[in-house]
Amino acid sequence: MTKQGIFEIKENVKIANDVFKMVLAGDTSALTAPGQFINIKLDGFFLRRPISVCDYNDEEIVIIYKVVGKGTEVMSEMKPGETLDILTGLGNGFDTSLSGNNPVVIGGGVGVPPMFNLAKKLKEEGKDPVAILGFNKADEVFYKDEFEALGVKTYVATADGSVGVKGFVTDALKEIGEYSYFYTCGPEPMLKALYNATEVSGQLSFEERMGCGFGACMGCSCKTKYGNKRICKDGPVLKKEEIIW
Amino acid sequence: MVNTKINLCGIEIDNPIIPASGTFGFGYEFAELYDINELGTFSFKGTTKDPRFGNPTPRIAECPAGMINSVGLQNPGVDKVISEELPKLKACFDKKVMANVSGFSLDEYAYTCEKLDSQEQIGWFEVNISCPNVHNGGMAFGTSAEAAAQVTKAVKAVTTKPVFIKLSPNVTDIVSIAKACEENGADGISMINTLLGMRIDLKTQKPVIHNKMGGFSGSAILPVALRMVYQVYEAVNIPIIGMGGVSTAEDVIEMMLAGATAVQVGAANLVEPFACKNIIDSLPAVMEKYSINNLTDIIGGAH
Repeated sequence: MTKQGIFEIKENVKIANDVFKMVLAGDTSALTAPGQFINIKLDGFFLRRPISVCDYNDEEIVIIYKVVGKGTEVMSEMKPGETLDILTGLGNGFDTSLSGNNPVVIGGGVGVPPMFNLAKKLKEEGKDPVAILGFNKADEVFYKDEFEALGVKTYVATADGSVGVKGFVTDALKEIGEYSYFYTCGPEPMLKALYNATEVSGQLSFEERMGCGFGACMGCSCKTKYGNKRICKDGPVLKKEEIIW
Repeated sequence: MVNTKINLCGIEIDNPIIPASGTFGFGYEFAELYDINELGTFSFKGTTKDPRFGNPTPRIAECPAGMINSVGLQNPGVDKVISEELPKLKACFDKKVMANVSGFSLDEYAYTCEKLDSQEQIGWFEVNISCPNVHNGGMAFGTSAEAAAQVTKAVKAVTTKPVFIKLSPNVTDIVSIAKACEENGADGISMINTLLGMRIDLKTQKPVIHNKMGGFSGSAILPVALRMVYQVYEAVNIPIIGMGGVSTAEDVIEMMLAGATAVQVGAANLVEPFACKNIIDSLPAVMEKYSINNLTDIIGGAH
């Protein structure tokens, strides 16, 4: 359920080219599943900025965001001690109950962050996930060490081959052997390529331009086999079986 | 103790704050956030005869002090509104709701309104002749006095509840359209819908919105809305529901001074899910600050 709160910035550091990690302290009780997102109010901007949750505990939320416009540029310049008005607990998140014993979690670019908390949850549930992280080139790579620190075997794919497997996450997928299920978040062409590249079932997290982020405006609607859904409220995670491309 | 009660076409409401159509769904999802019975009422999601998905995405663009939407009247259709949405609302809302209706022909407006008229949960109609996001309908009825008159007549012929006609600001003379609605039996005017607007993405060098254009709303349009409400108030004798850029109790009072009997809050709900509750909570103190005892006394006070 949506909650509004004031969060204090504890840390805001650059971790890759144009990519920043921010740690926010406040009431995290509205977060209930990996793959949910928060919506951040910024001075000087009308709409909030939706950012996926990378990790959280009882006191803090970690987000990783890419500077893509003026809003995220302002965020990147904020300092520890400053506060933000944030809506939390948004979106459905990933359902880990369907994962089987050895699922693969696949993130592309800023689709990597929500896969971290997911991999952590899967490990906590006693499962043995494998991670594939896709980037364009070496200076964009982040969080490989963090995934490995969870005890998750982690493959990196870069389009230019500068780190790990040369090519896309679908190329890395061919190297991991059998897996029980897949979870993914990233740009839509990547999601579609994965959808077509695998026979197993899975869950895909989508991105869309949002108005409110909590289901009121119908700005981010999509058609599914089970009727119209709002990416922000009924998603962002859709099951493979319901997707219409 | 200040009095925030307002009489809206024979129905007394506790305060004049009404979440605007398209920013509050069918209400029940907001009931998870706060008791929506605190509201005066709310205007439900624009409903049409048949179900509609609306326009392709992207449907949303950020603007200075506002936003553009081109949702395009996504709704489940009048039959599902009656069979599914209204029963869900009933479980959390004891008051009368405002039925926002749109159509693509006079027959469709009449068909949808006639079906909804029998629903006891509905207190008023708000007939949208001003949606900028659908072709061959919506706004086409709101840009000429003659077409506005025809819709008003068609809806009034099949309904028993008060009918507000929601007007578009994208016209040369909103006053003549408002008068045409009044002359043809409208019980009130609701204004303004969004202003037609556009944003262009510098990276792609193409419009941000898939439909290229959309409806601009948010704080930036408050002065335009105030001016139009002020003008229409001088020309008609039926109540006006004022809206456009309202986000604070001060804005509500300003809108009422311009001539509004009640005030809708739209885009602000999408940024602050508690926007209407916050306005209602702060309204008594703001009234006291400006020595207003009865809110109803200030309607049109700026004239």
